[in-house]
Amino acid sequence: MEILVCVKRVPDTAENEIELNSAGNDIERDDLVYSVNEWDNYAVEEAIQIVDKVGGTVTVVTVGDEDADEVLRREMAMGAQNGILLNDEAFEDSDAMGVATLLKAAVEKGKYDLILTGAQADAGYAAVGGMLAAMMDLPYASLVNMIEVGDGKLTVGREIEGGNQEINEIELPCVLSIQTGINEPRYVGIKGIRQVSGIEIPEYDADALGVDPATVGAAGAKTKRVDYFIPETGEGAEMLTGSTEEIIAKLIDIMKANGGLK
Amino acid sequence: MATVYAFVAHNDGVLDDSAAELAAAAKKFTDAPVTAIVSGSGVDAAAAKAAELFPAVWKMDAAELAYPNAEVVRKALLNNLDAGAVVLMAHNTFGMDLAPGLAVKTGGAFVADVVAIEGADGDTLKVVRQEFGGVVSTHVTVDMSAGAVITIRPGAIAAEEGAAAGGAVEEKAVGDVSAKRKFIEVREPEAGDVDITKAEVLVSVGRGIEDQDNIELAHELAKAIGSQAEVSCSRPIVDAKWMDASRQVGTSGKTVKPKVYLAMGISGSFQHMGGIKGGLIIAVNKNPNAPIFQVANVGIEADILEFIPELTEALGEL
Repeated sequence: MEILVCVKRVPDTAENEIELNSAGNDIERDDLVYSVNEWDNYAVEEAIQIVDKVGGTVTVVTVGDEDADEVLRREMAMGAQNGILLNDEAFEDSDAMGVATLLKAAVEKGKYDLILTGAQADAGYAAVGGMLAAMMDLPYASLVNMIEVGDGKLTVGREIEGGNQEINEIELPCVLSIQTGINEPRYVGIKGIRQVSGIEIPEYDADALGVDPATVGAAGAKTKRVDYFIPETGEGAEMLTGSTEEIIAKLIDIMKANGGLK
Repeated sequence: MATVYAFVAHNDGVLDDSAAELAAAAKKFTDAPVTAIVSGSGVDAAAAKAAELFPAVWKMDAAELAYPNAEVVRKALLNNLDAGAVVLMAHNTFGMDLAPGLAVKTGGAFVADVVAIEGADGDTLKVVRQEFGGVVSTHVTVDMSAGAVITIRPGAIAAEEGAAAGGAVEEKAVGDVSAKRKFIEVREPEAGDVDITKAEVLVSVGRGIEDQDNIELAHELAKAIGSQAEVSCSRPIVDAKWMDASRQVGTSGKTVKPKVYLAMGISGSFQHMGGIKGGLIIAVNKNPNAPIFQVANVGIEADILEFIPELTEALGEL
Protein backbone atom coordinates (compact mmCIF):
# COMPACT_ATOMS: atom_id res chain seq x y z
CA MET A 1 0.00 0.00 0.00
CA GLU A 2 1.46 3.34 -1.07
CA ILE A 3 0.21 5.92 1.41
CA LEU A 4 0.50 9.70 1.29
CA VAL A 5 -0.16 11.62 4.51
CA CYS A 6 -0.77 15.38 4.35
CA VAL A 7 0.60 17.17 7.42
CA LYS A 8 0.79 20.76 8.66
CA ARG A 9 3.10 22.73 10.94
CA VAL A 10 0.95 24.63 13.45
CA PRO A 11 1.39 26.67 16.65
CA ASP A 12 1.24 24.24 19.55
CA THR A 13 -1.70 25.43 21.66
CA ALA A 14 -0.68 23.11 24.52
CA GLU A 15 2.73 24.80 24.71
CA ASN A 16 1.72 28.41 24.02
CA GLU A 17 -0.78 30.91 25.22
CA ILE A 18 -2.10 32.23 21.93
CA GLU A 19 -2.38 36.02 22.22
CA LEU A 20 -2.98 38.92 19.86
CA ASN A 21 -0.07 41.06 18.70
CA SER A 22 0.12 44.71 19.72
CA ALA A 23 -1.49 45.85 16.45
CA GLY A 24 -4.38 43.47 17.11
CA ASN A 25 -4.40 42.12 13.58
CA ASP A 26 -2.58 38.83 14.05
CA ILE A 27 -1.58 36.46 16.80
CA GLU A 28 1.75 37.14 18.48
CA ARG A 29 4.06 34.88 16.50
CA ASP A 30 7.38 35.68 18.18
CA ASP A 31 8.56 32.82 20.39
CA LEU A 32 5.66 30.57 19.40
CA VAL A 33 6.37 26.89 19.75
CA TYR A 34 5.35 25.03 16.60
CA SER A 35 4.63 21.35 16.20
CA VAL A 36 2.92 18.97 13.83
CA ASN A 37 -0.87 19.29 13.84
CA GLU A 38 -2.13 16.82 16.44
CA TRP A 39 -4.61 15.09 14.07
CA ASP A 40 -1.87 14.58 11.45
CA ASN A 41 0.27 12.72 13.95
CA TYR A 42 -2.46 10.13 14.34
CA ALA A 43 -2.76 9.92 10.54
CA VAL A 44 0.96 9.23 10.14
CA GLU A 45 0.90 6.62 12.91
CA GLU A 46 -2.06 4.90 11.23
CA ALA A 47 -0.26 4.88 7.87
CA ILE A 48 2.84 3.35 9.46
CA GLN A 49 0.76 0.66 11.17
CA ILE A 50 -1.00 -0.21 7.88
CA VAL A 51 2.33 -0.49 6.04
CA ASP A 52 3.73 -2.62 8.88
CA LYS A 53 0.83 -5.05 8.28
CA VAL A 54 0.48 -5.12 4.49
CA GLY A 55 3.74 -3.62 3.16
CA GLY A 56 4.30 -0.46 1.16
CA THR A 57 5.64 2.98 1.93
CA VAL A 58 4.52 6.09 3.74
CA THR A 59 5.21 9.54 2.27
CA VAL A 60 4.47 12.76 4.16
CA VAL A 61 3.76 16.01 2.33
CA THR A 62 3.24 19.54 3.56
CA VAL A 63 2.58 23.01 2.18
CA GLY A 64 4.87 25.44 3.96
CA ASP A 65 8.16 27.33 4.01
CA GLU A 66 11.57 25.89 4.88
CA ASP A 67 10.61 25.76 8.58
CA ALA A 68 8.04 23.09 7.67
CA ASP A 69 10.97 20.78 6.98
CA GLU A 70 11.09 20.08 10.73
CA VAL A 71 7.59 18.54 10.83
CA LEU A 72 8.33 16.39 7.80
CA ARG A 73 11.49 15.12 9.51
CA ARG A 74 9.63 14.50 12.74
CA GLU A 75 7.09 12.32 10.91
CA MET A 76 9.92 10.59 9.02
CA ALA A 77 11.55 9.85 12.37
CA MET A 78 8.26 8.17 13.33
CA GLY A 79 8.63 5.87 10.35
CA ALA A 80 7.51 7.63 7.16
CA GLN A 81 10.04 6.83 4.41
CA ASN A 82 9.70 9.95 2.24
CA GLY A 83 8.92 13.64 2.61
CA ILE A 84 7.80 16.25 0.11
CA LEU A 85 7.78 20.03 0.72
CA LEU A 86 5.52 22.28 -1.34
CA ASN A 87 7.14 25.69 -0.97
CA ASP A 88 6.59 28.87 -2.96
CA GLU A 89 5.78 32.44 -1.92
CA ALA A 90 2.73 32.15 -4.17
CA PHE A 91 1.32 29.50 -1.81
CA GLU A 92 1.15 31.85 1.20
CA ASP A 93 -2.32 32.60 2.56
CA SER A 94 -3.94 29.80 0.58
CA ASP A 95 -7.44 28.96 1.76
CA ALA A 96 -8.49 25.31 2.13
CA MET A 97 -9.31 25.14 -1.58
CA GLY A 98 -5.82 26.43 -2.43
CA VAL A 99 -4.13 23.91 -0.15
CA ALA A 100 -6.18 21.08 -1.65
CA THR A 101 -5.24 22.30 -5.17
CA LEU A 102 -1.54 22.10 -4.27
CA LEU A 103 -1.89 18.69 -2.65
CA LYS A 104 -3.73 17.37 -5.72
CA ALA A 105 -0.79 18.39 -7.88
CA ALA A 106 1.57 16.60 -5.49
CA VAL A 107 -0.60 13.47 -5.44
CA GLU A 108 -0.54 13.35 -9.24
CA LYS A 109 3.27 13.23 -9.19
CA GLY A 110 3.12 9.85 -7.44
CA LYS A 111 0.95 6.77 -7.38
CA TYR A 112 -0.87 6.37 -4.09
CA ASP A 113 -3.50 3.87 -2.99
CA LEU A 114 -4.48 5.78 0.10
CA ILE A 115 -4.27 9.44 1.07
CA LEU A 116 -4.70 10.49 4.68
CA THR A 117 -5.12 13.90 6.28
CA GLY A 118 -5.81 14.94 9.84
CA ALA A 119 -9.52 15.57 10.49
CA GLN A 120 -8.76 19.26 11.03
CA ALA A 121 -5.94 21.67 11.86
CA ASP A 122 -5.43 25.00 13.61
CA ALA A 123 -7.94 26.96 11.53
CA GLY A 124 -10.67 24.39 12.16
CA TYR A 125 -12.13 24.14 8.67
CA ALA A 126 -11.87 20.32 8.53
CA ALA A 127 -11.93 20.76 4.76
CA VAL A 128 -8.73 19.80 2.96
CA GLY A 129 -9.30 16.01 2.81
CA GLY A 130 -12.83 16.31 1.48
CA MET A 131 -11.79 18.91 -1.07
CA LEU A 132 -8.82 16.89 -2.28
CA ALA A 133 -11.01 13.81 -2.70
CA ALA A 134 -13.64 15.73 -4.68
CA MET A 135 -11.01 17.33 -6.90
CA MET A 136 -9.62 13.88 -7.71
CA ASP A 137 -13.02 12.15 -7.92
CA LEU A 138 -11.93 9.74 -5.20
CA PRO A 139 -14.23 8.42 -2.48
CA TYR A 140 -13.83 10.06 0.92
CA ALA A 141 -14.69 9.54 4.56
CA SER A 142 -14.08 12.06 7.34
CA LEU A 143 -13.45 11.66 11.08
CA VAL A 144 -12.16 8.12 10.62
CA ASN A 145 -11.37 6.30 13.87
CA MET A 146 -10.93 2.73 12.58
CA ILE A 147 -9.40 1.25 9.41
CA GLU A 148 -9.37 -2.41 8.32
CA VAL A 149 -7.60 -3.20 5.07
CA GLY A 150 -9.47 -5.51 2.67
CA ASP A 151 -8.93 -6.52 -0.95
CA GLY A 152 -9.16 -3.36 -3.05
CA LYS A 153 -11.20 -1.69 -0.36
CA LEU A 154 -11.17 -0.62 3.25
CA THR A 155 -13.66 -0.96 6.05
CA VAL A 156 -13.58 2.30 7.98
CA GLY A 157 -15.29 3.55 11.11
CA ARG A 158 -16.33 7.20 11.28
CA GLU A 159 -16.91 9.00 14.54
CA ILE A 160 -20.44 10.38 14.65
CA GLU A 161 -22.41 12.04 17.43
CA GLY A 162 -23.05 10.44 20.80
CA GLY A 163 -20.10 8.05 20.86
CA ASN A 164 -21.52 6.07 17.92
CA GLN A 165 -19.40 4.76 15.08
CA GLU A 166 -20.56 4.64 11.47
CA ILE A 167 -19.08 1.72 9.51
CA ASN A 168 -18.51 2.13 5.76
CA GLU A 169 -16.89 0.14 3.01
CA ILE A 170 -14.82 2.36 0.75
CA GLU A 171 -13.04 1.52 -2.51
CA LEU A 172 -9.33 2.17 -3.00
CA PRO A 173 -7.83 4.53 -3.91
CA CYS A 174 -9.52 6.88 -1.48
CA VAL A 175 -8.96 9.83 0.85
CA LEU A 176 -9.64 9.63 4.58
CA SER A 177 -9.43 12.28 7.28
CA ILE A 178 -8.24 10.82 10.57
CA GLN A 179 -9.71 11.58 13.99
CA THR A 180 -7.61 11.62 17.16
CA GLY A 181 -7.74 8.50 19.34
CA ILE A 182 -7.59 6.03 16.42
CA ASN A 183 -4.23 4.80 17.72
CA GLU A 184 -1.42 5.82 20.06
CA PRO A 185 1.18 7.80 18.10
CA ARG A 186 4.67 6.57 18.92
CA TYR A 187 7.18 8.68 20.75
CA VAL A 188 9.84 10.35 18.67
CA GLY A 189 13.18 11.04 20.35
CA ILE A 190 16.01 13.33 19.38
CA LYS A 191 17.95 10.27 18.22
CA GLY A 192 15.25 9.37 15.70
CA ILE A 193 15.17 12.90 14.30
CA ARG A 194 18.97 12.88 14.02
CA GLN A 195 18.81 9.65 12.03
CA VAL A 196 16.67 11.22 9.31
CA SER A 197 18.44 14.59 9.29
CA GLY A 198 20.54 13.70 6.22
CA ILE A 199 17.68 12.50 4.03
CA GLU A 200 17.03 14.81 1.12
CA ILE A 201 13.49 16.14 0.95
CA PRO A 202 12.35 17.15 -2.54
CA GLU A 203 10.86 20.63 -2.75
CA TYR A 204 8.32 21.73 -5.37
CA ASP A 205 7.35 25.27 -6.31
CA ALA A 206 4.39 26.35 -8.46
CA ASP A 207 6.32 25.67 -11.69
CA ALA A 208 7.42 22.22 -10.62
CA LEU A 209 3.88 21.35 -9.55
CA GLY A 210 2.37 22.77 -12.72
CA VAL A 211 0.01 24.94 -10.67
CA ASP A 212 -1.10 28.39 -11.86
CA PRO A 213 -0.05 30.74 -9.01
CA ALA A 214 -3.24 32.77 -9.54
CA THR A 215 -5.37 29.79 -8.42
CA VAL A 216 -3.67 29.40 -5.03
CA GLY A 217 -2.33 31.60 -2.24
CA ALA A 218 -3.98 34.92 -1.42
CA ALA A 219 -4.64 35.48 -5.15
CA GLY A 220 -6.86 32.43 -5.49
CA ALA A 221 -8.57 32.52 -2.11
CA LYS A 222 -12.33 33.05 -2.09
CA THR A 223 -12.28 32.89 1.69
CA LYS A 224 -10.07 35.47 3.39
CA ARG A 225 -9.28 36.12 7.03
CA VAL A 226 -9.59 39.85 7.71
CA ASP A 227 -8.31 40.00 11.28
CA TYR A 228 -7.93 38.23 14.58
CA PHE A 229 -9.73 39.42 17.70
CA ILE A 230 -10.51 38.20 21.18
CA PRO A 231 -14.08 36.90 21.27
CA GLU A 232 -16.66 38.82 23.26
CA THR A 233 -17.03 37.08 26.54
CA GLY A 234 -20.78 37.51 26.92
CA GLU A 235 -21.54 37.47 30.61
CA GLY A 236 -18.44 35.44 31.31
CA ALA A 237 -17.70 33.57 34.46
CA GLU A 238 -17.91 35.09 37.92
CA MET A 239 -14.23 34.78 38.83
CA LEU A 240 -13.58 33.79 42.41
CA THR A 241 -10.65 35.66 43.92
CA GLY A 242 -8.80 35.77 47.22
CA SER A 243 -6.63 33.28 49.04
CA THR A 244 -7.03 29.60 48.18
CA GLU A 245 -8.89 29.08 51.49
CA GLU A 246 -11.29 31.93 50.68
CA ILE A 247 -11.86 30.65 47.14
CA ILE A 248 -12.55 27.13 48.40
CA ALA A 249 -14.99 28.44 51.04
CA LYS A 250 -16.88 30.41 48.37
CA LEU A 251 -16.84 27.43 46.04
CA ILE A 252 -18.27 25.10 48.68
CA ASP A 253 -21.09 27.61 49.36
CA ILE A 254 -21.84 27.79 45.63
CA MET A 255 -21.87 24.01 45.30
CA LYS A 256 -24.24 23.71 48.27
CA ALA A 257 -26.54 26.39 46.90
CA ASN A 258 -26.80 24.54 43.59
CA GLY A 259 -27.44 21.10 45.01
CA GLY A 260 -23.94 19.79 44.42
CA LEU A 261 -23.20 19.04 48.06
CA LYS A 262 -25.54 17.27 50.42
CA MET B 1 -27.29 36.43 -5.28
CA ALA B 2 -28.24 32.97 -6.48
CA THR B 3 -30.70 30.76 -4.67
CA VAL B 4 -29.94 30.12 -1.00
CA TYR B 5 -30.56 26.60 0.30
CA ALA B 6 -30.49 25.12 3.78
CA PHE B 7 -29.70 21.42 4.01
CA VAL B 8 -31.58 20.42 7.16
CA ALA B 9 -30.80 17.46 9.41
CA HIS B 10 -33.55 15.30 10.84
CA ASN B 11 -34.06 12.05 12.70
CA ASP B 12 -37.22 9.91 12.36
CA GLY B 13 -39.30 12.85 11.19
CA VAL B 14 -38.02 15.17 13.91
CA LEU B 15 -36.03 18.14 12.64
CA ASP B 16 -32.70 18.77 14.29
CA ASP B 17 -32.49 22.02 16.29
CA SER B 18 -29.94 23.19 13.73
CA ALA B 19 -32.70 23.53 11.08
CA ALA B 20 -34.22 26.58 12.76
CA GLU B 21 -30.72 27.95 13.34
CA LEU B 22 -30.00 27.74 9.60
CA ALA B 23 -33.23 29.63 8.88
CA ALA B 24 -32.11 32.37 11.26
CA ALA B 25 -28.58 32.36 9.79
CA ALA B 26 -29.87 32.89 6.26
CA LYS B 27 -31.93 35.90 7.36
CA LYS B 28 -28.75 37.58 8.53
CA PHE B 29 -27.53 38.00 4.95
CA THR B 30 -30.46 37.65 2.57
CA ASP B 31 -34.09 38.78 2.26
CA ALA B 32 -34.66 36.28 -0.54
CA PRO B 33 -36.73 33.16 0.17
CA VAL B 34 -34.59 30.23 1.33
CA THR B 35 -35.27 26.69 0.16
CA ALA B 36 -34.84 23.91 2.70
CA ILE B 37 -33.58 20.56 1.44
CA VAL B 38 -34.77 17.45 3.27
CA SER B 39 -33.02 14.26 2.22
CA GLY B 40 -33.77 10.69 3.25
CA SER B 41 -36.20 7.82 2.82
CA GLY B 42 -39.78 8.38 3.99
CA VAL B 43 -39.28 12.01 4.95
CA ASP B 44 -42.80 13.43 4.60
CA ALA B 45 -43.00 14.34 8.28
CA ALA B 46 -39.59 16.02 8.28
CA ALA B 47 -40.43 17.91 5.08
CA ALA B 48 -43.71 19.13 6.61
CA LYS B 49 -41.83 20.35 9.67
CA ALA B 50 -39.26 22.10 7.49
CA ALA B 51 -42.14 23.87 5.69
CA GLU B 52 -43.01 25.52 9.01
CA LEU B 53 -39.57 27.16 9.02
CA PHE B 54 -38.85 27.79 5.34
CA PRO B 55 -40.93 29.29 2.50
CA ALA B 56 -39.96 26.45 0.16
CA VAL B 57 -38.89 22.85 0.73
CA TRP B 58 -37.25 20.36 -1.59
CA LYS B 59 -37.89 16.76 -0.65
CA MET B 60 -35.29 14.29 -1.91
CA ASP B 61 -36.90 10.98 -0.96
CA ALA B 62 -35.29 7.71 -2.06
CA ALA B 63 -34.21 4.37 -0.62
CA GLU B 64 -30.58 5.20 -1.45
CA LEU B 65 -30.80 8.22 0.87
CA ALA B 66 -32.10 6.24 3.86
CA TYR B 67 -28.75 6.71 5.59
CA PRO B 68 -26.90 10.01 5.06
CA ASN B 69 -23.89 8.83 3.05
CA ALA B 70 -22.10 12.04 2.05
CA GLU B 71 -21.05 10.77 -1.38
CA VAL B 72 -24.61 9.72 -2.24
CA VAL B 73 -26.19 12.89 -0.88
CA ARG B 74 -23.67 15.06 -2.73
CA LYS B 75 -24.58 13.44 -6.04
CA ALA B 76 -28.30 13.86 -5.35
CA LEU B 77 -27.72 17.54 -4.57
CA LEU B 78 -25.57 18.14 -7.65
CA ASN B 79 -28.32 16.60 -9.79
CA ASN B 80 -30.66 19.32 -8.54
CA LEU B 81 -28.89 22.49 -7.35
CA ASP B 82 -28.92 25.67 -9.45
CA ALA B 83 -25.59 26.98 -10.68
CA GLY B 84 -24.07 29.38 -8.19
CA ALA B 85 -26.11 28.01 -5.31
CA VAL B 86 -25.38 29.12 -1.75
CA VAL B 87 -25.86 26.13 0.58
CA LEU B 88 -26.03 26.31 4.37
CA MET B 89 -25.71 23.27 6.60
CA ALA B 90 -24.81 22.42 10.19
CA HIS B 91 -21.15 21.92 11.12
CA ASN B 92 -21.85 18.46 12.53
CA THR B 93 -20.20 15.15 11.64
CA PHE B 94 -22.32 14.84 8.50
CA GLY B 95 -21.74 18.45 7.45
CA MET B 96 -17.99 17.93 7.85
CA ASP B 97 -18.26 14.87 5.59
CA LEU B 98 -20.38 16.50 2.88
CA ALA B 99 -19.64 20.21 2.72
CA PRO B 100 -15.99 20.49 1.54
CA GLY B 101 -16.48 18.19 -1.45
CA LEU B 102 -19.79 19.83 -2.31
CA ALA B 103 -18.03 23.21 -2.44
CA VAL B 104 -15.45 21.80 -4.87
CA LYS B 105 -18.10 20.28 -7.12
CA THR B 106 -20.31 23.37 -7.20
CA GLY B 107 -17.30 25.62 -7.78
CA GLY B 108 -18.30 27.88 -4.92
CA ALA B 109 -16.41 29.25 -1.94
CA PHE B 110 -16.27 27.34 1.35
CA VAL B 111 -16.37 28.56 4.91
CA ALA B 112 -16.78 26.19 7.84
CA ASP B 113 -17.84 26.30 11.46
CA VAL B 114 -19.27 29.81 11.32
CA VAL B 115 -20.30 31.18 14.74
CA ALA B 116 -21.85 34.50 13.61
CA ILE B 117 -22.89 36.16 10.37
CA GLU B 118 -22.38 39.92 10.12
CA GLY B 119 -24.12 40.27 6.75
CA ALA B 120 -23.45 40.51 3.03
CA ASP B 121 -22.26 43.40 0.90
CA GLY B 122 -23.18 42.38 -2.63
CA ASP B 123 -21.65 38.94 -3.11
CA THR B 124 -19.24 39.33 -0.20
CA LEU B 125 -20.36 37.64 2.98
CA LYS B 126 -18.75 38.56 6.29
CA VAL B 127 -18.73 35.94 9.02
CA VAL B 128 -17.06 35.25 12.35
CA ARG B 129 -15.11 32.05 13.02
CA GLN B 130 -12.78 30.82 15.71
CA GLU B 131 -9.28 29.41 15.43
CA PHE B 132 -6.82 27.62 17.71
CA GLY B 133 -9.54 25.78 19.59
CA GLY B 134 -11.63 28.90 20.25
CA VAL B 135 -8.89 31.02 21.81
CA VAL B 136 -9.12 33.72 19.15
CA SER B 137 -11.85 34.77 16.74
CA THR B 138 -11.51 36.05 13.19
CA HIS B 139 -13.63 37.96 10.72
CA VAL B 140 -13.64 36.18 7.39
CA THR B 141 -14.90 37.41 4.03
CA VAL B 142 -16.37 34.93 1.58
CA ASP B 143 -16.68 35.63 -2.15
CA MET B 144 -20.08 34.14 -3.01
CA SER B 145 -20.09 35.29 -6.65
CA ALA B 146 -19.80 31.68 -7.85
CA GLY B 147 -21.86 30.28 -4.97
CA ALA B 148 -20.79 29.06 -1.55
CA VAL B 149 -21.09 26.25 0.94
CA ILE B 150 -21.31 27.52 4.52
CA THR B 151 -21.39 25.32 7.61
CA ILE B 152 -22.79 26.81 10.81
CA ARG B 153 -21.74 25.71 14.30
CA PRO B 154 -24.76 24.09 16.00
CA GLY B 155 -26.03 26.27 18.82
CA ALA B 156 -24.04 29.35 17.79
CA ILE B 157 -26.79 31.30 16.01
CA ALA B 158 -30.06 31.62 17.90
CA ALA B 159 -33.15 30.28 16.16
CA GLU B 160 -36.06 32.68 15.68
CA GLU B 161 -39.20 31.87 17.61
CA GLY B 162 -42.61 31.36 16.07
CA ALA B 163 -41.90 32.24 12.45
CA ALA B 164 -44.51 30.21 10.55
CA ALA B 165 -43.28 30.11 6.98
CA GLY B 166 -45.97 27.86 5.49
CA GLY B 167 -43.68 26.66 2.73
CA ALA B 168 -44.61 24.48 -0.22
CA VAL B 169 -43.01 21.04 -0.49
CA GLU B 170 -41.68 20.05 -3.89
CA GLU B 171 -40.41 16.55 -4.61
CA LYS B 172 -37.07 16.34 -6.42
CA ALA B 173 -35.82 13.31 -8.36
CA VAL B 174 -32.58 12.00 -6.92
CA GLY B 175 -31.00 10.81 -10.20
CA ASP B 176 -27.86 8.66 -10.43
CA VAL B 177 -26.26 8.40 -7.01
CA SER B 178 -23.98 5.38 -7.48
CA ALA B 179 -21.09 5.61 -5.02
CA LYS B 180 -17.73 4.09 -4.16
CA ARG B 181 -18.52 4.33 -0.48
CA LYS B 182 -21.13 2.05 1.04
CA PHE B 183 -22.78 2.50 4.42
CA ILE B 184 -22.76 -0.73 6.45
CA GLU B 185 -24.04 -0.02 9.95
CA VAL B 186 -23.93 2.19 13.02
CA ARG B 187 -22.23 0.68 16.06
CA GLU B 188 -23.17 1.93 19.50
CA PRO B 189 -20.50 2.20 22.19
CA GLU B 190 -20.16 -0.49 24.81
CA ALA B 191 -21.71 0.51 28.11
CA GLY B 192 -19.09 1.56 30.64
CA ASP B 193 -18.94 0.74 34.32
CA VAL B 194 -20.56 4.06 35.22
CA ASP B 195 -23.34 6.14 33.72
CA ILE B 196 -22.13 9.74 33.93
CA THR B 197 -25.45 10.99 32.53
CA LYS B 198 -27.08 10.11 35.87
CA ALA B 199 -24.57 11.86 38.14
CA GLU B 200 -25.68 15.03 39.92
CA VAL B 201 -22.11 16.30 40.14
CA LEU B 202 -19.37 15.68 37.60
CA VAL B 203 -15.70 16.18 38.33
CA SER B 204 -14.55 16.47 34.75
CA VAL B 205 -10.87 16.56 33.85
CA GLY B 206 -9.06 17.68 30.72
CA ARG B 207 -5.52 18.10 29.47
CA GLY B 208 -4.62 20.09 32.60
CA ILE B 209 -4.46 16.84 34.57
CA GLU B 210 -1.17 16.28 32.70
CA ASP B 211 -0.53 12.68 33.69
CA GLN B 212 -2.47 9.44 33.99
CA ASP B 213 -1.45 9.04 37.63
CA ASN B 214 -3.13 12.36 38.46
CA ILE B 215 -6.56 11.00 37.42
CA GLU B 216 -6.70 9.57 40.95
CA LEU B 217 -6.95 13.16 42.26
CA ALA B 218 -10.29 13.54 40.46
CA HIS B 219 -11.58 10.27 41.89
CA GLU B 220 -10.60 11.36 45.39
CA LEU B 221 -12.42 14.66 44.91
CA ALA B 222 -15.55 12.91 43.63
CA LYS B 223 -15.43 10.60 46.65
CA ALA B 224 -15.16 13.59 49.00
CA ILE B 225 -18.17 15.23 47.31
CA GLY B 226 -20.28 12.12 47.82
CA SER B 227 -22.14 9.33 46.07
CA GLN B 228 -23.91 11.84 43.80
CA ALA B 229 -20.57 12.62 42.10
CA GLU B 230 -18.77 10.83 39.28
CA VAL B 231 -15.61 11.49 37.31
CA SER B 232 -15.87 12.42 33.62
CA CYS B 233 -13.43 13.88 31.12
CA SER B 234 -12.83 15.70 27.86
CA ARG B 235 -11.67 14.10 24.66
CA PRO B 236 -7.85 14.20 25.05
CA ILE B 237 -8.12 12.03 28.17
CA VAL B 238 -9.95 9.32 26.21
CA ASP B 239 -7.58 9.68 23.24
CA ALA B 240 -4.68 9.08 25.63
CA LYS B 241 -6.54 5.96 26.92
CA TRP B 242 -6.47 7.32 30.48
CA MET B 243 -10.23 6.86 30.84
CA ASP B 244 -12.95 4.86 29.06
CA ALA B 245 -14.92 6.51 26.28
CA SER B 246 -18.05 6.01 28.40
CA ARG B 247 -16.80 8.85 30.63
CA GLN B 248 -16.28 11.37 27.81
CA VAL B 249 -18.50 14.46 27.77
CA GLY B 250 -19.05 16.16 24.41
CA THR B 251 -20.71 15.94 21.02
CA SER B 252 -18.69 12.83 20.27
CA GLY B 253 -19.31 11.46 23.76
CA LYS B 254 -22.10 11.70 26.32
CA THR B 255 -24.58 14.51 26.81
CA VAL B 256 -24.88 15.34 30.50
CA LYS B 257 -27.08 17.55 32.66
CA PRO B 258 -25.67 17.49 36.19
CA LYS B 259 -26.55 20.03 38.89
CA VAL B 260 -22.88 21.03 39.11
CA TYR B 261 -20.21 20.49 36.46
CA LEU B 262 -16.64 20.98 37.68
CA ALA B 263 -14.51 21.55 34.58
CA MET B 264 -10.98 20.88 35.78
CA GLY B 265 -8.18 21.85 33.41
CA ILE B 266 -10.58 21.78 30.45
CA SER B 267 -10.06 24.43 27.75
CA GLY B 268 -13.72 24.44 26.73
CA SER B 269 -13.84 23.53 23.05
CA PHE B 270 -17.32 23.82 21.53
CA GLN B 271 -17.36 20.06 20.95
CA HIS B 272 -16.94 19.56 24.69
CA MET B 273 -19.41 22.26 25.74
CA GLY B 274 -21.93 20.80 23.27
CA GLY B 275 -22.25 17.82 25.61
CA ILE B 276 -23.29 19.90 28.64
CA LYS B 277 -26.99 20.68 28.57
CA GLY B 278 -27.59 22.36 31.88
CA GLY B 279 -26.44 22.89 35.43
CA LEU B 280 -23.89 25.20 36.97
CA ILE B 281 -20.50 25.12 35.28
CA ILE B 282 -17.52 25.78 37.53
CA ALA B 283 -14.22 26.04 35.66
CA VAL B 284 -10.78 25.76 37.19
CA ASN B 285 -7.94 26.53 34.81
CA LYS B 286 -4.49 28.06 35.16
CA ASN B 287 -4.86 29.89 31.83
CA PRO B 288 -6.97 33.03 32.41
CA ASN B 289 -7.66 33.21 28.64
CA ALA B 290 -9.05 29.67 28.40
CA PRO B 291 -12.29 29.75 26.35
CA ILE B 292 -14.05 27.87 29.17
CA PHE B 293 -14.20 31.12 31.17
CA GLN B 294 -16.48 32.60 28.49
CA VAL B 295 -19.10 29.93 29.05
CA ALA B 296 -18.64 28.88 32.68
CA ASN B 297 -20.81 30.39 35.45
CA VAL B 298 -18.02 30.41 37.99
CA GLY B 299 -14.31 30.62 37.25
CA ILE B 300 -11.20 30.00 39.31
CA GLU B 301 -7.73 30.72 37.98
CA ALA B 302 -5.62 27.96 39.50
CA ASP B 303 -3.50 24.94 38.69
CA ILE B 304 -5.81 21.97 39.18
CA LEU B 305 -2.94 19.80 40.36
CA GLU B 306 -2.66 22.07 43.40
CA PHE B 307 -6.31 23.10 43.68
CA ILE B 308 -8.01 19.69 43.55
CA PRO B 309 -6.14 18.22 46.57
CA GLU B 310 -6.87 21.37 48.62
CA LEU B 311 -10.57 21.24 47.74
CA THR B 312 -10.68 17.52 48.52
CA GLU B 313 -9.10 18.15 51.90
CA ALA B 314 -11.48 21.01 52.70
CA LEU B 315 -14.50 18.85 51.82
CA GLY B 316 -13.16 16.10 54.07
CA GLU B 317 -13.18 18.51 56.98
CA LEU B 318 -16.85 19.49 56.56
